Amino acid sequence: MVRQVAATPSAAPRRSDRTAWVPDRAVLVRNPVLRVVVRRCVIAVPLLFVVSALTFVLVSLTPGNAAEQILGTSATPAEYAALNRALGLNLPLYEQYWNWLRHALTGNLGQSIFTGQPVTQAIGQRLPVTLSLLVGALVVSVVIGVGLGVFSALRGGAVGRAADALALIGFSLPAFWVGAELIVIFAVWRHWFPATGYVSISDSPVGWLHSLVLPVFALSLYGIASTAKQTREAMLDVLASEHIRMAWANGISPRSIVFRHALRNASMRVVTVLGLLAVGLLGGTVLVENVFALPGLGSLMVTAATQHDIPVVAGMAVYFTLIVVAINLVVDLAYVWLNPRVRVR
Amino acid sequence: MSTSVPVVDRGAKPSGGNPRFFRRLLRRPVAIVCCAYLAVLVGVAIVAPIAMPSVNSQNAGDLFGANQLPSWSHLLGTDTLGRDVLSRLLVGDRVTLVGVVEALVVVLVLAVPLGLAAGYLGGWTDRVVTWLADLTFSLPAVVIIIVVLSVFPTSMLAGMATFGVIAAPGLMRVVRSATLPIREELYIKAAEASGLSRTYILTRHILPRIAGVVIVQASLLAAVALGVQTGLAFLKLLVADPAPSWGGMVADGTSVLLLHPWLIIPPGATIAVTMLALSLLGDAVRDAAVESWSAPVRTKRAAAKAAPASAGTTPPAGARLLTVQHLSVSFPGREQDVRVVEDVSFGVAAGEIVGIVGESGCGKSVTASAIVGLLPGSGRIDGGSIWFGGKDLARASEAELRKVRGRTIAFVSQEPMASLDPAYRVGFQIEEALRRHRGLSRAAARARALELLRDMHFVDPGAVARRYPHELSGGMAQRVAIARALAGEPELLIADEPTTALDVTVQAEILELIRELQMTRQMAVLVVTHDWGVVADLCDRVVVMYAGQIVERSDVQSIFDTPLHPYTEALLASNPHLEPEAATLPMIPGTVPPPGSWPAGCRFSARCRYAVAACAELEVAIEAPYQGHETRCIRYGQLTKT
Repeated sequence: MVRQVAATPSAAPRRSDRTAWVPDRAVLVRNPVLRVVVRRCVIAVPLLFVVSALTFVLVSLTPGNAAEQILGTSATPAEYAALNRALGLNLPLYEQYWNWLRHALTGNLGQSIFTGQPVTQAIGQRLPVTLSLLVGALVVSVVIGVGLGVFSALRGGAVGRAADALALIGFSLPAFWVGAELIVIFAVWRHWFPATGYVSISDSPVGWLHSLVLPVFALSLYGIASTAKQTREAMLDVLASEHIRMAWANGISPRSIVFRHALRNASMRVVTVLGLLAVGLLGGTVLVENVFALPGLGSLMVTAATQHDIPVVAGMAVYFTLIVVAINLVVDLAYVWLNPRVRVR
Repeated sequence: MSTSVPVVDRGAKPSGGNPRFFRRLLRRPVAIVCCAYLAVLVGVAIVAPIAMPSVNSQNAGDLFGANQLPSWSHLLGTDTLGRDVLSRLLVGDRVTLVGVVEALVVVLVLAVPLGLAAGYLGGWTDRVVTWLADLTFSLPAVVIIIVVLSVFPTSMLAGMATFGVIAAPGLMRVVRSATLPIREELYIKAAEASGLSRTYILTRHILPRIAGVVIVQASLLAAVALGVQTGLAFLKLLVADPAPSWGGMVADGTSVLLLHPWLIIPPGATIAVTMLALSLLGDAVRDAAVESWSAPVRTKRAAAKAAPASAGTTPPAGARLLTVQHLSVSFPGREQDVRVVEDVSFGVAAGEIVGIVGESGCGKSVTASAIVGLLPGSGRIDGGSIWFGGKDLARASEAELRKVRGRTIAFVSQEPMASLDPAYRVGFQIEEALRRHRGLSRAAARARALELLRDMHFVDPGAVARRYPHELSGGMAQRVAIARALAGEPELLIADEPTTALDVTVQAEILELIRELQMTRQMAVLVVTHDWGVVADLCDRVVVMYAGQIVERSDVQSIFDTPLHPYTEALLASNPHLEPEAATLPMIPGTVPPPGSWPAGCRFSARCRYAVAACAELEVAIEAPYQGHETRCIRYGQLTKT
């Protein structure tokens, strides 16, 4: 049976050949950095379109609308209609979306139905909080996580198992609960850090740092755990590879083998999962902002979504998408920088 | 490495979904504890809301007994509204589990079929599915879920299903990449050719193979889904008050955190323990799936480089540059250590080229690696000595070995491409060795590296130095590897099958290069090879190995003229270089017995055409019929007559 098939290899068409004539996009853009940027932008455009359109459709499906939310239930139908007209909510949905899109392309994301505040301004005020939290947590995750991962990869036995256990516990503790416990320990019991609130960096850089320590740590725990685990596994794989064995065999110094040759190759794998981690941490900011009462994007989004404030929700969708696109772009660029094989000379 | 020693393959593809897999899983205590805990949770989820029907709608309990710490009447205390914390925790279990299951079902229903289709059908299906997955990866999951939940307030199904849709591409990618290699396997091709439908092949042949991967991912995804469920419940977006949920209870406790810090501990700890159980189970499932492929890992590295009684503590008189005496190497096996090299002795004089010849699995490469103390996996030297430069390397410390490696003994491997670090320019890698061994400055190392590359017959050393390993051909990479090995100006170069991975034309160049370097530098070379051509071109003396032993030792001329061991004779006869006109190349029947199952008498007797009953009875000693020519055969006399 098997032998017959081996004799007639063309029995089933080789599907991999079918796509051979499709021109490789690599041919169109040669510079790898440029190629990464172009690819991310090509994805970003439909993504922004899809996300904002989806937001409009979903919010319009919601029972009740903004006029009811503003006027309450005691207004007359004529008053509802007048307010709807004033807000443009009487138009068909596609027209509302088209109007929004036209303005959005010029950088105007409209105004909040409730506060009348321009959406870009409302988001702009809160963006630094969320970004501080996100970037802070990413930096802490990478620095501590990679350090821990390298350490546990080099030390087998008890230390390795302890690091594994630490990673497992880090995975298992929900950020919002860790945040609450941190408040109990470090703000209530020991008055080391403020329990809640945010200090702008322009007001007081020290106060800013001080107000971020607990939230950043609560958010990072998961990031530290997953980065440490990834790093440990990548390091163990690379340390077992042939080029590391040959580096040992030819007397390269242990420090160079670990920190130059092994870590560099392991970091390629760690970087690829950092993008996913960052997106996960972005979700975590919503929870952590809630625990620490930080005036970030998360709290704005939760209120806006429950109030059917379409312009704010759509604007948030655009900003969050842009953040994710930016994260992925940075990750891709880091990968190109680390891995010479994807660079074109 | 050319032996079949049992080392752990870290990249082994997990497989599962069969009864033996579950039996293996249940042999692990961790897995049993986790499964038991999760079973209890499921039981509670079914029973608790039935047993305590009032809890879900209880707005307030005993307001005078609010905020109590644990007591006999309230084992976990009461909350701000005087409700019993334990009963809320138990009743809230159902929502949490249902949420996790909802998300898991959505992920599996979407990811498995799409991943299978993308991996198996390939082409445009693959492109579209992969593109959609890429798109989903760039979505801000939080925004989408919160918007959906604003449309369907406190609808858990909507929230968790949305999470499932967003999480599906991750699993889909895993399924796709697990399917890709299976598609290329022969039995799938056979099934296709025999006209079985694609659906049948997918469900009956491919799906069972990827089940293990899917189970591992699913248990890890369950942990993530639990995090999302409790997080959204914490934001009060998922479960309407007053129904209890674990996340919601943490939120209630957080609002009175300063006054009653106890309240967040029971729900928080429950979430943490459940998460822990799910991720531990995921790890256990993965380990159980990989287990059948690998031997148990011995974590403790046997540091015992035991000095056997036979070996002295001083180098033997009249020592050569390298003298290996009674060397034995073992690897840890399932029950006991498996010996892969046994009682191997040979020497290499200064400036001499010695070859170690034998089939795969004879212990040649292991012997070579043992000399520099770099045995693969957890192998160790458990007998004999390796005298080099007045030191016994078999008993040298790691620090002492480091002074030898690269400086007096250098190593070139059989996979030139893999032996260079892919992330650095090759010039830099040579410079690094130069700076380490010769203590050169950066600029001097650069100049010397170019010189070395020129010695390797590169026409434009500067251009080569700037390249990365992936930009070199195999032959170029091997010449770069040799240049690096020579950076420390070693007295001995160990070349482990230096030409095996190369094209025939390139092989000759590399051999020519090694010969030339040996001549100009008066460097000794130990070549491991299975190619008699290499031996004839290069070597002064030869050591023939079979099943971990040396079977014949001689100078090159005599081994080609009068081989004294039937294995050598058979190996020479099956050599394509020496029998160009033979229509059919004589093969040695049978295979090399694997380490651990070596026969009692002559290890080659089962494949030997001269074998008699006596051969299989007693261990054969090595003897020297002539000066400088030794054999491990009781019937060599017979052999020389034929």
